[in-house]
Amino acid sequence: MQTDRVDVGYIAAQRQAKRLAGGANLRKFRERVIEFGMFLCAVFSVAITAGIVWVLVYESWHFFENVSIVEFLTETQWTVLFENPRYGIMPLVTGTLVTSIIALLVALPLGTIIAIYLSEYANNTVREILKPILELLSAVPTVVFGFFALLFVTPLLQRLMPDLPGFNMLSAGIVIGIMIVPYVSSLSEDAMKAVPVNIREGSYAMGATRLQTALRVLMPAAFSGIASAYVLGFSRAVGETMVVAVAAGTQPNLTLNPTEGAATITAYIVQVSLGDLPHGSIAYQSIFAAGLTLMLMTLVFNIGGYLLRKRFREIY
Amino acid sequence: MATPSAGELEKRVEGNKTRDKLFAIVGLIATFIGMLTLAALLFDLASSGLARIKPHFFTSFPSRFPAQAGILSAWVGTTLVMIVTAVSAIPIGVGAGVYLEEYAPKNWFTALIEINIANLAGVPSIVYGLMALGLFVYQFNFGQSILSAGLTLALLILPIVIVATREAIRAIPASMREAAYALGATKWQTTSDHVLPYSMGGILTGVIIGLSRAIGETAPLITIGALTFIAFLPDAPFKAEFPFISFDWLWSPYSVMPIQMFNWVSRPQAEFHLNAAATGLVLMAMTLAMNAVAIYFRYRFRKRIKW
Repeated sequence: MQTDRVDVGYIAAQRQAKRLAGGANLRKFRERVIEFGMFLCAVFSVAITAGIVWVLVYESWHFFENVSIVEFLTETQWTVLFENPRYGIMPLVTGTLVTSIIALLVALPLGTIIAIYLSEYANNTVREILKPILELLSAVPTVVFGFFALLFVTPLLQRLMPDLPGFNMLSAGIVIGIMIVPYVSSLSEDAMKAVPVNIREGSYAMGATRLQTALRVLMPAAFSGIASAYVLGFSRAVGETMVVAVAAGTQPNLTLNPTEGAATITAYIVQVSLGDLPHGSIAYQSIFAAGLTLMLMTLVFNIGGYLLRKRFREIY
Repeated sequence: MATPSAGELEKRVEGNKTRDKLFAIVGLIATFIGMLTLAALLFDLASSGLARIKPHFFTSFPSRFPAQAGILSAWVGTTLVMIVTAVSAIPIGVGAGVYLEEYAPKNWFTALIEINIANLAGVPSIVYGLMALGLFVYQFNFGQSILSAGLTLALLILPIVIVATREAIRAIPASMREAAYALGATKWQTTSDHVLPYSMGGILTGVIIGLSRAIGETAPLITIGALTFIAFLPDAPFKAEFPFISFDWLWSPYSVMPIQMFNWVSRPQAEFHLNAAATGLVLMAMTLAMNAVAIYFRYRFRKRIKW
């Protein structure tokens, strides 16, 4: 009887162990499945980039089967929707550059001053209040900014410059500039904050004021981060669509004069998309060629920014 | 260089101090320029749009007559598109964020994913629209539908959700995980029972900020063919007969609020501009409310959790 009981206990224990091992296997399997699922989520983000590149290149490829690249780059007119279409991207590129440069002329000084102010001058309470309010600027829908540019800023500018047409690049550029201030200021401030305290203290110990410390010590030290902020600001300005589509007009115009109206690359894409273009027509393909140009422009600036950062990077 | 005399030095120091004080004022002014713009924008919208905001503005379709036009189809469209966006962006974004923080090995592929996410955040939104036009609308044949729109915006806010998830998870001390492991929990049990609940505040903040950005997005939806004038509603998602729930609305044409606003603002008649202002006001109220909730969450969770 005694041995029997031991046997029963032994068998039960063995069964229990087996069940546990089976459970552990199942659990391991479940862990693997979950991990793989989340891995797929992460890979999905790479698929988005691949999708963007593929669609842009594929449709542009068809576009360039019909239009020579030389014409695309050297022709001075962009009249895709006309009877005698001309395919010169230049007017759209100048429109994009003029509005973006105006935007940067507004956003970089303002953003940098705000960054220095918030990181070096403002006390904690002031910063905690001002920063979220400022960041709301980047939360405003861009179409609302377009409304503001067309119906508030342009009339305001027209009081100073009576000849200013209703659609102009100046007011669109200024509004985009204000819109991207929070991007520039937040990232620059983070970069300055990240400079080690002892470097700052070294400067103060030498008798420098806060302004001297900020301009001569912190900005060079945080150059890499500030440069990324500027590059991001530029990308935002170049890619901004609704403000220019509403306030700068949709007429391609090869000019560097900001008081004129001109279509940007993005405004052109909007204009074409609003109409009902047949899938596969040259005009349909042209918006992808325009989009590819836009991507290449931002890419060039990003690479430039990267090289600049690498050249001047400070490592502590 | 000649050594400056004591008087000159004193002058120079004084000058430096004055400039320093001056800059404090300049900085304050610069900050106020930003806020002044925000105030002017709100005031401008309110002064022209407030008169239009009446109950019938929310219950009428757009119309040729500005005073009778409303945003019914636009706000219904926005709501439905946001549902699709949230349902697709939240699981994928949180999943990717958890993978990168908790699971990913340190190798070139993980580095590639990380660089890629950083770059995606800088891609202009209209480029997402072009991609969706080629891929969703024509390649996958989703057409110019609510499904296409929701998925497009989901891709757009994915980087925001991923980055927010990662930051929230990174803030959790390793001791929390070690305690769970010490009790025999598996990696997923640790993640789902401990890491995710603790980081919920940060993740929620990121999701809300992402959705508030998606609500205002206009450009990508124009490229994938949102309609500017639409006088009917999509199929109702709930039915009286079996199976009670229907997904036909996913395939329906749609309009959204920012596009309705764009349509009105680009008309020459000033009467329509008032409608645009009113729509803008509604949009602003929604985005500001969402951002306020996000700020509140961030503040509350930062305060409450002390490790």
